[in-house]
Amino acid sequence: MKELADKNIFGITLQRLAYQLIEEHDDFSDSALIGLQPRGIYLARRIRGILSAILKKDIQLGELDTTFYRDDFRHHEQPIIPSATNVDFLIENKKVILVDDVLYTGRTIRAGLDALLAFGRPSKVELLVLVDRRYSRQVPVEPDYVGIAVDTIVSQKVKVSWKETDGEDGIVMISNKDKHI
Amino acid sequence: MESKLSVNHLLGIKDLNASDIELIFTTADNFKEVINRPIKKVPSLRDITISNLFFESSTRTRLSFELAEKRLSADVINFSASGSSVSKGETLIDTVNNILAMKVDMVVMRHPNPGAAVFLSKHIKARIVNAGDGTNEHPTQALLDAYSIREKFGKVKGKKVVIVGDIMHSRVALSNIFCLQKLGAEIMVCGPTTLMPKYISQLGVKVEHNLKKALEWCDIANMLRIQLERQDIRYFPSLREYIMLYGVNKQLLDSLSKRITIMHPGPINRGVEITSDVADSAQSIILEQVENGVAVRMAVLYLLAGAKN
Repeated sequence: MKELADKNIFGITLQRLAYQLIEEHDDFSDSALIGLQPRGIYLARRIRGILSAILKKDIQLGELDTTFYRDDFRHHEQPIIPSATNVDFLIENKKVILVDDVLYTGRTIRAGLDALLAFGRPSKVELLVLVDRRYSRQVPVEPDYVGIAVDTIVSQKVKVSWKETDGEDGIVMISNKDKHI
Repeated sequence: MESKLSVNHLLGIKDLNASDIELIFTTADNFKEVINRPIKKVPSLRDITISNLFFESSTRTRLSFELAEKRLSADVINFSASGSSVSKGETLIDTVNNILAMKVDMVVMRHPNPGAAVFLSKHIKARIVNAGDGTNEHPTQALLDAYSIREKFGKVKGKKVVIVGDIMHSRVALSNIFCLQKLGAEIMVCGPTTLMPKYISQLGVKVEHNLKKALEWCDIANMLRIQLERQDIRYFPSLREYIMLYGVNKQLLDSLSKRITIMHPGPINRGVEITSDVADSAQSIILEQVENGVAVRMAVLYLLAGAKN
Protein backbone atom coordinates (compact mmCIF):
# COMPACT_ATOMS: atom_id res chain seq x y z
CA MET A 1 0.00 0.00 0.00
CA LYS A 2 1.38 3.40 -0.94
CA GLU A 3 0.12 6.69 0.45
CA LEU A 4 -0.55 9.21 -2.30
CA ALA A 5 -1.80 12.00 -0.04
CA ASP A 6 -2.00 12.44 3.72
CA LYS A 7 -4.63 14.62 5.32
CA ASN A 8 -2.53 17.81 5.00
CA ILE A 9 -1.86 17.38 1.28
CA PHE A 10 -5.50 16.36 0.92
CA GLY A 11 -6.71 19.61 2.48
CA ILE A 12 -4.33 21.75 0.41
CA THR A 13 -5.47 19.97 -2.77
CA LEU A 14 -9.13 20.66 -2.07
CA GLN A 15 -8.33 24.33 -1.41
CA ARG A 16 -6.45 24.57 -4.69
CA LEU A 17 -9.30 22.94 -6.63
CA ALA A 18 -11.75 25.41 -5.10
CA TYR A 19 -9.62 28.42 -6.13
CA GLN A 20 -9.19 27.00 -9.64
CA LEU A 21 -12.98 26.76 -9.88
CA ILE A 22 -13.37 30.38 -8.78
CA GLU A 23 -10.91 31.49 -11.49
CA GLU A 24 -13.20 29.95 -14.10
CA HIS A 25 -16.63 30.45 -12.56
CA ASP A 26 -16.27 33.79 -10.83
CA ASP A 27 -19.07 34.10 -8.24
CA PHE A 28 -20.83 30.89 -9.32
CA SER A 29 -24.05 32.71 -10.22
CA ASP A 30 -24.47 30.60 -13.39
CA SER A 31 -22.67 27.50 -12.20
CA ALA A 32 -23.55 24.39 -10.23
CA LEU A 33 -21.68 21.42 -8.80
CA ILE A 34 -22.98 17.90 -9.49
CA GLY A 35 -21.43 15.11 -7.43
CA LEU A 36 -21.56 11.60 -8.86
CA GLN A 37 -22.87 8.85 -6.61
CA PRO A 38 -21.67 7.01 -4.69
CA ARG A 39 -18.25 8.51 -3.76
CA GLY A 40 -18.09 11.73 -5.75
CA ILE A 41 -20.69 13.34 -3.51
CA TYR A 42 -18.27 13.61 -0.58
CA LEU A 43 -15.83 15.55 -2.73
CA ALA A 44 -18.61 17.75 -4.13
CA ARG A 45 -19.95 18.54 -0.64
CA ARG A 46 -16.46 19.39 0.63
CA ILE A 47 -15.68 21.62 -2.36
CA ARG A 48 -19.02 23.35 -1.93
CA GLY A 49 -18.19 24.01 1.71
CA ILE A 50 -14.88 25.62 0.79
CA LEU A 51 -16.44 27.68 -2.03
CA SER A 52 -19.27 28.89 0.21
CA ALA A 53 -16.77 29.98 2.85
CA ILE A 54 -14.67 31.90 0.33
CA LEU A 55 -17.52 33.45 -1.67
CA LYS A 56 -19.82 33.85 1.35
CA LYS A 57 -22.84 32.52 -0.52
CA ASP A 58 -24.71 29.29 -1.17
CA ILE A 59 -23.44 27.25 -4.09
CA GLN A 60 -25.89 24.98 -5.93
CA LEU A 61 -25.09 21.33 -5.45
CA GLY A 62 -26.77 18.27 -6.90
CA GLU A 63 -26.14 14.57 -6.43
CA LEU A 64 -26.47 12.37 -9.48
CA ASP A 65 -26.66 8.60 -9.73
CA THR A 66 -25.54 7.06 -13.02
CA THR A 67 -26.71 3.47 -12.45
CA PHE A 68 -29.58 3.51 -14.94
CA TYR A 69 -27.29 4.91 -17.64
CA ARG A 70 -24.40 2.49 -17.30
CA ASP A 71 -23.24 0.44 -20.26
CA ASP A 72 -22.65 -2.74 -18.22
CA PHE A 73 -26.28 -3.53 -17.37
CA ARG A 74 -26.69 -7.35 -17.46
CA HIS A 75 -22.90 -7.82 -17.38
CA HIS A 76 -22.88 -8.68 -13.67
CA GLU A 77 -24.23 -11.62 -11.71
CA GLN A 78 -26.39 -9.24 -9.70
CA PRO A 79 -28.32 -6.15 -10.73
CA ILE A 80 -26.53 -2.90 -9.91
CA ILE A 81 -28.35 -1.21 -7.07
CA PRO A 82 -28.83 2.52 -7.58
CA SER A 83 -28.10 5.32 -5.11
CA ALA A 84 -30.26 8.39 -4.67
CA THR A 85 -30.35 11.21 -7.18
CA ASN A 86 -31.06 14.64 -5.80
CA VAL A 87 -30.95 17.49 -8.28
CA ASP A 88 -33.55 20.00 -7.14
CA PHE A 89 -32.74 22.74 -9.66
CA LEU A 90 -32.82 22.96 -13.44
CA ILE A 91 -29.42 22.84 -15.11
CA GLU A 92 -30.72 24.48 -18.29
CA ASN A 93 -28.08 26.99 -19.51
CA LYS A 94 -25.95 26.53 -16.39
CA LYS A 95 -22.26 25.77 -16.31
CA VAL A 96 -22.11 22.39 -14.62
CA ILE A 97 -19.08 20.89 -12.94
CA LEU A 98 -19.29 17.11 -12.65
CA VAL A 99 -17.40 15.97 -9.57
CA ASP A 100 -16.03 12.47 -8.91
CA ASP A 101 -13.34 11.10 -6.64
CA VAL A 102 -11.32 8.87 -9.00
CA LEU A 103 -11.22 9.02 -12.80
CA TYR A 104 -10.22 5.65 -14.24
CA THR A 105 -11.82 4.19 -17.39
CA GLY A 106 -14.08 7.22 -17.93
CA ARG A 107 -17.20 5.07 -18.30
CA THR A 108 -18.89 6.46 -15.19
CA ILE A 109 -18.42 9.98 -16.54
CA ARG A 110 -19.89 8.94 -19.90
CA ALA A 111 -22.95 7.61 -18.04
CA GLY A 112 -22.98 10.78 -15.93
CA LEU A 113 -23.14 12.95 -19.06
CA ASP A 114 -26.18 10.96 -20.23
CA ALA A 115 -27.83 11.13 -16.82
CA LEU A 116 -27.23 14.87 -16.62
CA LEU A 117 -29.25 15.56 -19.77
CA ALA A 118 -32.44 14.35 -18.04
CA PHE A 119 -32.31 17.61 -16.07
CA GLY A 120 -31.94 20.01 -18.98
CA ARG A 121 -29.29 21.27 -21.40
CA PRO A 122 -26.33 22.82 -19.61
CA SER A 123 -24.41 25.56 -21.40
CA LYS A 124 -21.14 23.85 -20.51
CA VAL A 125 -20.05 20.74 -18.64
CA GLU A 126 -16.68 20.41 -16.94
CA LEU A 127 -15.12 17.58 -14.99
CA LEU A 128 -13.36 17.82 -11.65
CA VAL A 129 -11.67 14.77 -10.12
CA LEU A 130 -9.55 14.32 -7.04
CA VAL A 131 -7.43 11.54 -8.55
CA ASP A 132 -6.74 11.07 -12.25
CA ARG A 133 -5.46 7.57 -13.05
CA ARG A 134 -3.74 8.49 -16.27
CA TYR A 135 -3.36 6.34 -19.40
CA SER A 136 -6.23 4.02 -18.46
CA ARG A 137 -9.16 5.57 -20.29
CA GLN A 138 -11.57 3.38 -22.29
CA VAL A 139 -13.60 6.32 -23.64
CA PRO A 140 -12.40 9.77 -24.67
CA VAL A 141 -13.00 11.66 -21.41
CA GLU A 142 -10.51 14.08 -19.87
CA PRO A 143 -10.78 16.12 -16.67
CA ASP A 144 -10.65 19.93 -16.48
CA TYR A 145 -9.53 20.08 -12.85
CA VAL A 146 -7.29 17.42 -11.29
CA GLY A 147 -6.33 17.02 -7.63
CA ILE A 148 -3.48 14.61 -8.16
CA ALA A 149 -2.51 12.56 -11.20
CA VAL A 150 -1.13 9.06 -10.77
CA ASP A 151 0.16 6.38 -13.11
CA THR A 152 -1.25 2.99 -12.24
CA ILE A 153 -1.64 -0.48 -13.70
CA VAL A 154 -4.85 -2.49 -13.88
CA SER A 155 -4.12 -4.62 -10.82
CA GLN A 156 -3.73 -1.55 -8.61
CA LYS A 157 -6.58 0.30 -6.93
CA VAL A 158 -6.82 3.85 -5.72
CA LYS A 159 -8.83 4.42 -2.58
CA VAL A 160 -9.94 7.82 -1.32
CA SER A 161 -10.93 8.01 2.35
CA TRP A 162 -13.13 10.73 3.81
CA LYS A 163 -13.26 11.84 7.40
CA GLU A 164 -17.06 11.86 7.19
CA THR A 165 -17.24 8.12 6.51
CA ASP A 166 -13.80 6.64 7.06
CA GLY A 167 -12.50 8.69 9.99
CA GLU A 168 -9.65 10.46 8.19
CA ASP A 169 -8.95 12.09 4.83
CA GLY A 170 -6.35 10.39 2.66
CA ILE A 171 -5.57 8.72 -0.65
CA VAL A 172 -3.79 5.40 -0.97
CA MET A 173 -2.84 3.09 -3.79
CA ILE A 174 -3.37 -0.59 -3.12
CA SER A 175 -1.48 -3.17 -5.18
CA ASN A 176 -2.80 -6.63 -5.83
CA LYS A 177 -0.25 -8.18 -3.48
CA ASP A 178 -1.52 -6.09 -0.54
CA LYS A 179 -5.03 -7.36 -1.02
CA HIS A 180 -4.98 -9.31 2.24
CA ILE A 181 -4.75 -6.01 4.18
CA MET B 1 -29.02 -5.70 2.09
CA GLU B 2 -29.07 -8.23 -0.75
CA SER B 3 -28.77 -6.70 -4.19
CA LYS B 4 -30.53 -9.54 -5.95
CA LEU B 5 -34.02 -10.98 -5.69
CA SER B 6 -34.24 -14.56 -4.43
CA VAL B 7 -36.44 -15.45 -7.42
CA ASN B 8 -36.04 -15.38 -11.21
CA HIS B 9 -39.71 -14.68 -11.87
CA LEU B 10 -42.33 -12.70 -10.01
CA LEU B 11 -45.10 -15.28 -9.80
CA GLY B 12 -46.55 -14.42 -6.43
CA ILE B 13 -45.77 -12.64 -3.18
CA LYS B 14 -45.80 -16.07 -1.54
CA ASP B 15 -42.36 -16.80 -3.09
CA LEU B 16 -40.73 -13.54 -1.93
CA ASN B 17 -39.08 -12.86 1.41
CA ALA B 18 -39.08 -9.60 3.36
CA SER B 19 -35.66 -8.54 2.04
CA ASP B 20 -36.83 -9.05 -1.58
CA ILE B 21 -39.73 -6.72 -0.88
CA GLU B 22 -37.44 -4.17 0.81
CA LEU B 23 -35.08 -4.33 -2.21
CA ILE B 24 -37.99 -3.69 -4.59
CA PHE B 25 -39.09 -0.72 -2.45
CA THR B 26 -35.68 0.95 -2.24
CA THR B 27 -35.22 0.49 -5.99
CA ALA B 28 -38.71 1.90 -6.55
CA ASP B 29 -37.73 5.00 -4.52
CA ASN B 30 -35.11 5.73 -7.18
CA PHE B 31 -37.56 5.18 -10.01
CA LYS B 32 -40.12 7.41 -8.34
CA GLU B 33 -37.51 10.17 -8.51
CA VAL B 34 -36.90 9.31 -12.19
CA ILE B 35 -40.57 9.55 -13.19
CA ASN B 36 -40.81 12.99 -11.64
CA ARG B 37 -37.90 14.40 -13.67
CA PRO B 38 -38.33 16.70 -16.67
CA ILE B 39 -37.17 13.73 -18.79
CA LYS B 40 -38.75 10.63 -17.34
CA LYS B 41 -36.94 7.94 -19.25
CA VAL B 42 -33.77 5.97 -18.49
CA PRO B 43 -31.97 3.66 -20.92
CA SER B 44 -31.46 0.64 -18.60
CA LEU B 45 -33.56 -1.94 -20.48
CA ARG B 46 -32.77 -0.74 -24.00
CA ASP B 47 -31.78 -4.20 -25.26
CA ILE B 48 -34.70 -6.02 -23.63
CA THR B 49 -37.98 -6.92 -25.31
CA ILE B 50 -41.01 -7.42 -23.11
CA SER B 51 -44.29 -8.95 -24.19
CA ASN B 52 -47.46 -8.03 -22.33
CA LEU B 53 -49.87 -10.93 -22.63
CA PHE B 54 -53.34 -10.08 -21.42
CA PHE B 55 -55.80 -12.96 -21.55
CA GLU B 56 -58.18 -10.98 -19.35
CA SER B 57 -59.31 -7.39 -19.51
CA SER B 58 -57.27 -4.72 -17.76
CA THR B 59 -56.78 -0.99 -17.99
CA ARG B 60 -54.63 0.21 -15.12
CA THR B 61 -52.30 -2.75 -14.82
CA ARG B 62 -51.67 -2.99 -18.57
CA LEU B 63 -51.06 0.74 -18.97
CA SER B 64 -48.94 0.86 -15.84
CA PHE B 65 -46.75 -2.04 -17.01
CA GLU B 66 -46.46 -0.59 -20.48
CA LEU B 67 -45.48 2.80 -19.13
CA ALA B 68 -42.95 1.23 -16.74
CA GLU B 69 -41.43 -0.71 -19.64
CA LYS B 70 -41.24 2.35 -21.86
CA ARG B 71 -39.75 4.51 -19.10
CA LEU B 72 -37.00 1.88 -18.87
CA SER B 73 -36.51 2.00 -22.67
CA ALA B 74 -37.54 -1.63 -23.23
CA ASP B 75 -39.15 -2.66 -26.50
CA VAL B 76 -42.77 -3.57 -25.87
CA ILE B 77 -45.17 -5.82 -27.70
CA ASN B 78 -48.76 -6.04 -26.58
CA PHE B 79 -51.09 -8.96 -26.94
CA SER B 80 -54.66 -9.33 -25.85
CA ALA B 81 -56.57 -12.56 -26.15
CA SER B 82 -59.57 -11.11 -27.91
CA GLY B 83 -58.98 -11.00 -31.64
CA SER B 84 -55.95 -13.32 -31.44
CA SER B 85 -55.34 -16.96 -32.40
CA VAL B 86 -56.39 -17.99 -28.88
CA SER B 87 -59.94 -17.74 -30.13
CA LYS B 88 -58.96 -20.16 -32.92
CA GLY B 89 -58.00 -22.79 -30.34
CA GLU B 90 -54.26 -22.24 -29.79
CA THR B 91 -52.92 -23.40 -26.40
CA LEU B 92 -51.21 -21.09 -23.92
CA ILE B 93 -47.77 -22.68 -24.40
CA ASP B 94 -48.03 -22.55 -28.19
CA THR B 95 -49.06 -18.91 -28.09
CA VAL B 96 -46.23 -17.98 -25.77
CA ASN B 97 -43.60 -20.07 -27.57
CA ASN B 98 -44.51 -18.39 -30.83
CA ILE B 99 -44.07 -15.02 -29.23
CA LEU B 100 -40.74 -16.09 -27.69
CA ALA B 101 -39.54 -17.29 -31.11
CA MET B 102 -39.56 -13.60 -31.97
CA LYS B 103 -36.81 -13.19 -29.29
CA VAL B 104 -38.67 -11.83 -26.31
CA ASP B 105 -36.81 -11.64 -22.98
CA MET B 106 -39.61 -11.13 -20.51
CA VAL B 107 -43.31 -11.88 -20.37
CA VAL B 108 -45.85 -9.96 -18.30
CA MET B 109 -49.00 -12.06 -18.18
CA ARG B 110 -52.53 -11.77 -16.90
CA HIS B 111 -54.65 -14.88 -17.18
CA PRO B 112 -58.08 -15.97 -15.82
CA ASN B 113 -56.73 -19.30 -14.53
CA PRO B 114 -54.98 -19.50 -11.15
CA GLY B 115 -51.46 -20.89 -11.56
CA ALA B 116 -51.11 -19.87 -15.21
CA ALA B 117 -47.94 -17.88 -14.48
CA VAL B 118 -46.34 -20.72 -12.51
CA PHE B 119 -47.21 -23.13 -15.32
CA LEU B 120 -45.64 -20.86 -17.89
CA SER B 121 -42.46 -20.36 -15.85
CA LYS B 122 -41.88 -24.11 -15.86
CA HIS B 123 -42.18 -24.45 -19.60
CA ILE B 124 -40.51 -21.43 -21.16
CA LYS B 125 -37.17 -19.69 -20.80
CA ALA B 126 -38.19 -16.04 -20.49
CA ARG B 127 -38.60 -14.23 -17.15
CA ILE B 128 -42.26 -14.11 -16.11
CA VAL B 129 -44.06 -11.37 -14.22
CA ASN B 130 -47.52 -12.33 -13.05
CA ALA B 131 -49.96 -9.48 -13.65
CA GLY B 132 -52.83 -11.40 -12.07
CA ASP B 133 -53.77 -15.07 -12.41
CA GLY B 134 -57.44 -15.72 -11.74
CA THR B 135 -58.29 -15.61 -8.05
CA ASN B 136 -54.72 -16.51 -7.03
CA GLU B 137 -52.26 -13.59 -6.89
CA HIS B 138 -51.64 -10.11 -8.21
CA PRO B 139 -48.15 -9.49 -6.82
CA THR B 140 -47.36 -6.06 -8.27
CA GLN B 141 -50.65 -4.67 -6.94
CA ALA B 142 -49.79 -5.87 -3.44
CA LEU B 143 -46.30 -4.40 -3.75
CA LEU B 144 -47.60 -1.02 -4.81
CA ASP B 145 -50.22 -1.07 -2.05
CA ALA B 146 -47.60 -1.83 0.59
CA TYR B 147 -45.25 0.74 -0.98
CA SER B 148 -47.99 3.38 -0.76
CA ILE B 149 -48.54 2.56 2.92
CA ARG B 150 -44.77 2.79 3.53
CA GLU B 151 -44.70 6.14 1.74
CA LYS B 152 -47.63 7.56 3.70
CA PHE B 153 -46.68 6.23 7.15
CA GLY B 154 -42.92 5.77 6.85
CA LYS B 155 -43.20 2.05 7.56
CA VAL B 156 -45.56 -0.89 7.17
CA LYS B 157 -44.62 -2.76 10.34
CA GLY B 158 -47.26 -2.52 13.05
CA LYS B 159 -49.89 -0.87 10.82
CA LYS B 160 -53.41 -2.22 10.97
CA VAL B 161 -54.93 -2.85 7.57
CA VAL B 162 -58.46 -4.01 6.87
CA ILE B 163 -59.33 -5.45 3.48
CA VAL B 164 -63.04 -5.01 2.81
CA GLY B 165 -65.29 -6.72 0.28
CA ASP B 166 -65.13 -9.72 -2.00
CA ILE B 167 -62.24 -11.56 -0.33
CA MET B 168 -63.12 -14.89 -1.92
CA HIS B 169 -62.70 -13.84 -5.54
CA SER B 170 -59.94 -11.29 -5.04
CA ARG B 171 -56.32 -11.96 -5.99
CA VAL B 172 -55.52 -8.50 -4.65
CA ALA B 173 -56.70 -9.59 -1.19
CA LEU B 174 -54.53 -12.72 -1.16
CA SER B 175 -51.38 -10.99 -2.42
CA ASN B 176 -51.95 -8.11 0.00
CA ILE B 177 -52.29 -10.48 2.93
CA PHE B 178 -49.00 -12.23 2.06
CA CYS B 179 -47.15 -8.99 1.38
CA LEU B 180 -48.31 -7.00 4.40
CA GLN B 181 -47.76 -9.95 6.74
CA LYS B 182 -44.19 -10.38 5.50
CA LEU B 183 -43.62 -6.71 6.31
CA GLY B 184 -45.09 -7.04 9.79
CA ALA B 185 -48.53 -5.42 9.43
CA GLU B 186 -51.68 -6.70 11.13
CA ILE B 187 -54.45 -7.72 8.76
CA MET B 188 -58.18 -7.99 9.12
CA VAL B 189 -60.61 -9.03 6.41
CA CYS B 190 -64.17 -7.79 6.42
CA GLY B 191 -67.12 -8.77 4.24
CA PRO B 192 -70.23 -10.91 4.06
CA THR B 193 -69.80 -14.51 5.25
CA THR B 194 -70.59 -15.78 1.77
CA LEU B 195 -67.67 -13.85 0.25
CA MET B 196 -65.19 -15.04 2.87
CA PRO B 197 -63.08 -18.10 1.97
CA LYS B 198 -63.72 -20.95 4.43
CA TYR B 199 -60.14 -21.28 5.66
CA ILE B 200 -59.20 -17.58 5.62
CA SER B 201 -58.39 -17.46 9.36
CA GLN B 202 -55.64 -20.05 8.78
CA LEU B 203 -53.69 -17.31 7.01
CA GLY B 204 -53.38 -15.57 10.37
CA VAL B 205 -55.80 -12.75 9.65
CA LYS B 206 -58.62 -11.42 11.80
CA VAL B 207 -62.11 -11.84 10.40
CA GLU B 208 -64.84 -9.28 11.06
CA HIS B 209 -68.29 -9.01 9.56
CA ASN B 210 -69.21 -5.63 11.01
CA LEU B 211 -67.78 -2.84 8.84
CA LYS B 212 -67.96 -0.13 11.50
CA LYS B 213 -66.01 -2.24 13.99
CA ALA B 214 -63.44 -3.09 11.34
CA LEU B 215 -62.94 0.57 10.43
CA GLU B 216 -62.62 1.56 14.11
CA TRP B 217 -59.82 -1.00 14.45
CA CYS B 218 -57.76 -0.12 11.40
CA ASP B 219 -55.30 2.57 10.26
CA ILE B 220 -55.88 1.79 6.60
CA ALA B 221 -58.91 0.37 4.78
CA ASN B 222 -58.32 -1.26 1.40
CA MET B 223 -61.70 -1.38 -0.35
CA LEU B 224 -62.22 -4.10 -2.96
CA ARG B 225 -64.60 -4.27 -5.85
CA ILE B 226 -67.28 -6.95 -6.02
CA GLN B 227 -65.96 -9.26 -8.73
CA LEU B 228 -69.26 -9.95 -10.44
CA GLU B 229 -67.46 -11.53 -13.42
CA ARG B 230 -66.06 -14.28 -11.21
CA GLN B 231 -69.30 -14.96 -9.30
CA ASP B 232 -71.13 -17.97 -10.66
CA ILE B 233 -73.98 -17.68 -8.15
CA ARG B 234 -75.48 -14.81 -6.16
CA TYR B 235 -73.55 -14.35 -2.93
CA PHE B 236 -75.74 -11.66 -1.38
CA PRO B 237 -79.44 -10.82 -1.72
CA SER B 238 -79.05 -7.46 -3.44
CA LEU B 239 -76.42 -4.89 -4.30
CA ARG B 240 -78.44 -2.37 -2.29
CA GLU B 241 -78.12 -4.49 0.84
CA TYR B 242 -74.38 -4.93 0.21
CA ILE B 243 -73.97 -1.17 -0.07
CA MET B 244 -75.86 -0.62 3.18
CA LEU B 245 -73.71 -3.12 5.08
CA TYR B 246 -70.29 -2.87 3.41
CA GLY B 247 -70.18 0.39 1.48
CA VAL B 248 -68.11 3.23 2.95
CA ASN B 249 -69.63 6.70 2.74
CA LYS B 250 -68.50 10.04 4.11
CA GLN B 251 -70.95 9.89 6.99
CA LEU B 252 -69.52 6.57 8.18
CA LEU B 253 -65.96 7.82 7.72
CA ASP B 254 -66.65 10.98 9.73
CA SER B 255 -68.34 9.03 12.53
CA LEU B 256 -65.11 7.13 13.29
CA SER B 257 -63.05 8.08 16.31
CA LYS B 258 -59.90 8.46 14.15
CA ARG B 259 -58.88 9.47 10.65
CA ILE B 260 -58.20 6.39 8.57
CA THR B 261 -56.60 6.14 5.12
CA ILE B 262 -58.64 4.78 2.23
CA MET B 263 -57.10 2.67 -0.52
CA HIS B 264 -58.60 1.02 -3.58
CA PRO B 265 -56.87 -1.11 -6.21
CA GLY B 266 -59.27 0.05 -8.95
CA PRO B 267 -61.46 -0.10 -10.90
CA ILE B 268 -63.84 1.64 -8.50
CA ASN B 269 -67.55 1.00 -8.63
CA ARG B 270 -68.49 4.43 -7.32
CA GLY B 271 -71.48 4.26 -5.03
CA VAL B 272 -70.95 0.56 -4.29
CA GLU B 273 -67.86 -0.17 -2.15
CA ILE B 274 -67.12 3.54 -1.68
CA THR B 275 -69.00 6.69 -2.51
CA SER B 276 -67.50 9.40 -4.69
CA ASP B 277 -66.96 11.81 -1.80
CA VAL B 278 -64.86 9.15 -0.06
CA ALA B 279 -62.90 8.19 -3.18
CA ASP B 280 -62.05 11.84 -3.84
CA SER B 281 -61.49 12.87 -0.22
CA ALA B 282 -58.19 13.90 1.33
CA GLN B 283 -58.14 10.59 3.21
CA SER B 284 -57.94 8.61 -0.02
CA ILE B 285 -54.54 7.72 -1.52
CA ILE B 286 -56.02 5.99 -4.57
CA LEU B 287 -54.22 8.15 -7.14
CA GLU B 288 -50.93 7.92 -5.23
CA GLN B 289 -51.31 4.14 -5.55
CA VAL B 290 -51.54 4.51 -9.33
CA GLU B 291 -48.44 6.71 -9.51
CA ASN B 292 -46.50 4.35 -7.26
CA GLY B 293 -47.60 1.44 -9.46
CA VAL B 294 -45.36 2.64 -12.28
CA ALA B 295 -42.32 3.07 -10.00
CA VAL B 296 -42.81 -0.32 -8.33
CA ARG B 297 -43.24 -2.09 -11.67
CA MET B 298 -40.10 -0.38 -13.01
CA ALA B 299 -38.23 -1.71 -9.97
CA VAL B 300 -39.53 -5.25 -10.48
CA LEU B 301 -38.63 -5.28 -14.18
CA TYR B 302 -35.23 -3.72 -13.53
CA LEU B 303 -34.32 -6.22 -10.81
CA LEU B 304 -35.53 -9.25 -12.78
CA ALA B 305 -33.80 -8.18 -16.00
CA GLY B 306 -30.66 -6.80 -14.38
CA ALA B 307 -28.69 -9.95 -13.63
CA LYS B 308 -26.55 -11.76 -16.17
CA ASN B 309 -28.37 -14.69 -17.75
